[in-house]
Amino acid sequence: MPNATFKIFRGDRSGGELVQYQVPIAPGMVVLDALHHIQSHDAPDLAVRWNCKAGKCGSCSAEVNGRPRLTCKTRLDALPLDEPIVVQPMKSFPVIRDLVTDVSWNYRVNRKIPPFSPRAGVEWKMDQRDVDRVQEFRKCIECFLCQNVCHVLRDHNKQEQFGGPRFFVRIAGLEMHPLDGLSRTQLLKEELAIGLCNITKCCTEVCPEDIHITDNAIIPLKERVVDDYYDPVRWFLRKLKTREK
Amino acid sequence: MNEKFETHEHDVLIIGAGGAGLRAAIEALGQGASVGVVCKSLLGKAHTVMAEGGIAAAMANVDIADDWRTHFRDTMRGGKFLNNWRMAQIHAQEAPERVRELEQWGALFDRTSSGDILQRAFGGHTFKRLCHVGDRTGLEMIRTLQDRGVHLGINVYMECAITKLFRDGERIAGAFGYWRETGRFVVFKAKSIVIATGGIGKAWRITSNSWEYTGDGMALAYEAGAELIDMEFVQFHPTGMVWPPGVQGILVTEAVRGEGGILRNKDGERFMERYDPEKMELSTRDVVARAIYTEAREGRGTEHGGAYLDISHKPADYVKRKLPSMYHQFRELADVDITQGPMEVGPTCHYMMGGIRVDAETAQATLPGLFAAGEAAAGLHGANRLGGNSLSDLLVFGRRAGLVAAQHANQAGTITIDAQQVDEAANEMLAPFDRVDGDGPYQIHRDLEDTMQNYVGIFRNDEDLEKGLAELRQLNERAAKVKVSGSRLFNPGWHLARDLQSMLTVSEAVALSARERKESRGAHSRIDYPNYDEAWGKQNNVVVRDGDQMKLRQLPIAEMPAELKEIV
Repeated sequence: MPNATFKIFRGDRSGGELVQYQVPIAPGMVVLDALHHIQSHDAPDLAVRWNCKAGKCGSCSAEVNGRPRLTCKTRLDALPLDEPIVVQPMKSFPVIRDLVTDVSWNYRVNRKIPPFSPRAGVEWKMDQRDVDRVQEFRKCIECFLCQNVCHVLRDHNKQEQFGGPRFFVRIAGLEMHPLDGLSRTQLLKEELAIGLCNITKCCTEVCPEDIHITDNAIIPLKERVVDDYYDPVRWFLRKLKTREK
Repeated sequence: MNEKFETHEHDVLIIGAGGAGLRAAIEALGQGASVGVVCKSLLGKAHTVMAEGGIAAAMANVDIADDWRTHFRDTMRGGKFLNNWRMAQIHAQEAPERVRELEQWGALFDRTSSGDILQRAFGGHTFKRLCHVGDRTGLEMIRTLQDRGVHLGINVYMECAITKLFRDGERIAGAFGYWRETGRFVVFKAKSIVIATGGIGKAWRITSNSWEYTGDGMALAYEAGAELIDMEFVQFHPTGMVWPPGVQGILVTEAVRGEGGILRNKDGERFMERYDPEKMELSTRDVVARAIYTEAREGRGTEHGGAYLDISHKPADYVKRKLPSMYHQFRELADVDITQGPMEVGPTCHYMMGGIRVDAETAQATLPGLFAAGEAAAGLHGANRLGGNSLSDLLVFGRRAGLVAAQHANQAGTITIDAQQVDEAANEMLAPFDRVDGDGPYQIHRDLEDTMQNYVGIFRNDEDLEKGLAELRQLNERAAKVKVSGSRLFNPGWHLARDLQSMLTVSEAVALSARERKESRGAHSRIDYPNYDEAWGKQNNVVVRDGDQMKLRQLPIAEMPAELKEIV
């Protein structure tokens, strides 16, 4: 059986290096299979996150040859095997160990988002057409690859100000829920700084669930923010409302 | 109390953050309890996320003749009457309300033309009963529960594993665990503990289960003195992927058959006609799994030893809409376009009907303060689970477990944890680092998978089970000397070394119970006893710890009341 050569980041918060491993290739093999092989033969302490190995849980995100991927869906036969396959942890999150990163920041952002709040007295009937639109957002498996590639987070480290594409998708799912009665535009503008996104679509490109993050979630949300904040009539009404409080 | 370890105190500690654990947490919070949820993975990655087909609930949105009675009857018949009938009754009666509740918390199910929750057909269900979201129902469910729980204020201890339960006399008092990230130890003090850790499928080589499914909760409960029941009943799902090798075992949802998928052997024969001419592909899972296995064994299997499952007679758009993740899974992992041609499928270890013995009303185990719900608990499904009854199980009994656990904590008074027990728990975890010889955990795990796959699989006989038990004894000896290398910082080898113990405990319980039940019923098929046995149809196997020995006894099934007898 021919071998594939892997170079895998081994290390922790204090630093690390790429370590080379040889793995025998099997038909249909994915990168996660190779990582498991290395664990069971060469490096039992190689830290990797994974659960379903079927592209449904979004645990095994990493950067394969510099591309953010789910390792369970990255086939070896789609990669050049004449050179080493380089596997590194997601760059935008602090390394814990090897390929495992600290993604807890995402869970803190999520807590800021007000939950689904049905309008009073709704009848629980919905059209499939209206549901379709939201189900696209609900497909998200929280692999955080979109957060990883978003340059606002990756290059500019705006974690303290910016929510990131994952949470714009989540808010889009709530805002466009046919029976939701809450507006989250203030949160979008002020706490999650959606304005910082300049729609380069990097997030959409890496989404393993093919969610049209930029076109279907972020742009419509930006429009809502613009409507609420810069439409003169709505601006006046909002001022009035604030004063009443 | 031992103060040298990080310590947290809650009224209710929930182990496991899948559907059952999160539903329990939400209910316990609603009772005003302080709730902690501990999970081995990140929040939202639990096995529930992989559930595809739907939630069974007699809502009668599509088939108006459906009601709880029919659901109850289907569940009992599917379980070959070994079920705890009271659990089956509660489950059928409460499932619709639990689904409506999910919707009110934001879940978005597929709709009927009149705007209600759409329901689909599934194996063993008389009516179209499964509320679903394409083929990613579990994801919708876990996200809904996760967000609800987080906003209600549950404390979630992510990537934390529990290795021991503490007792104060007869009562439960807390748990010991470690943070996967740092390897540091942590003590939880709690008056009530809910086990919601799911199943045991990682003990088999071909499985649809993730690394987390190592039987921890069942083994922890057993070690603490609680009883396990029905451990011989392991469900092999008929349709897992069989090719390529790396994806072997990954689930192919029953919804493929629910939506009209047809099974054929290599000769093109629709072989289910010979096994269940009435229900065909929508027969119960035990029957379909045995049929596919038998076809392959008798030389009518596909190239890679399975059967063909074909949905390509349906319009491509329809397949992509109703089975989107199956479409992607096969296209990306197996180079197969399921809208154009058949999938190759074969049985895969999928679900544990057996588990912790609980009271139907309260979900309490046979130990005061210990509760269990979902796959870790047993009783609802009897000898075979119907598809779709798992997600509803999580909601119905997760809620009950959380409710009663909170009430119990409220009345429990003060508890103390013995410092010596805490030290022992820590020493047990550290021992593998000090060993010089001994096998590594991955090696022992591989051998365990082979033992269970070869000797405690779909078809069983006395000789195989004896061999299996003998190998398990050897594996236990090796596991007692397992060696671990590296540091305590996120070390999967170390984690596996501990998980191995749980897998070995539940594996022994499975093999012992399977050897004892000398009949074939539901998922338990004995080649040497191929028929039903009347006496065995009236009793469950119970496993309990007696010193260092695993003891087995039989428990008669309570008489079903007349009004339920009329239904079945």
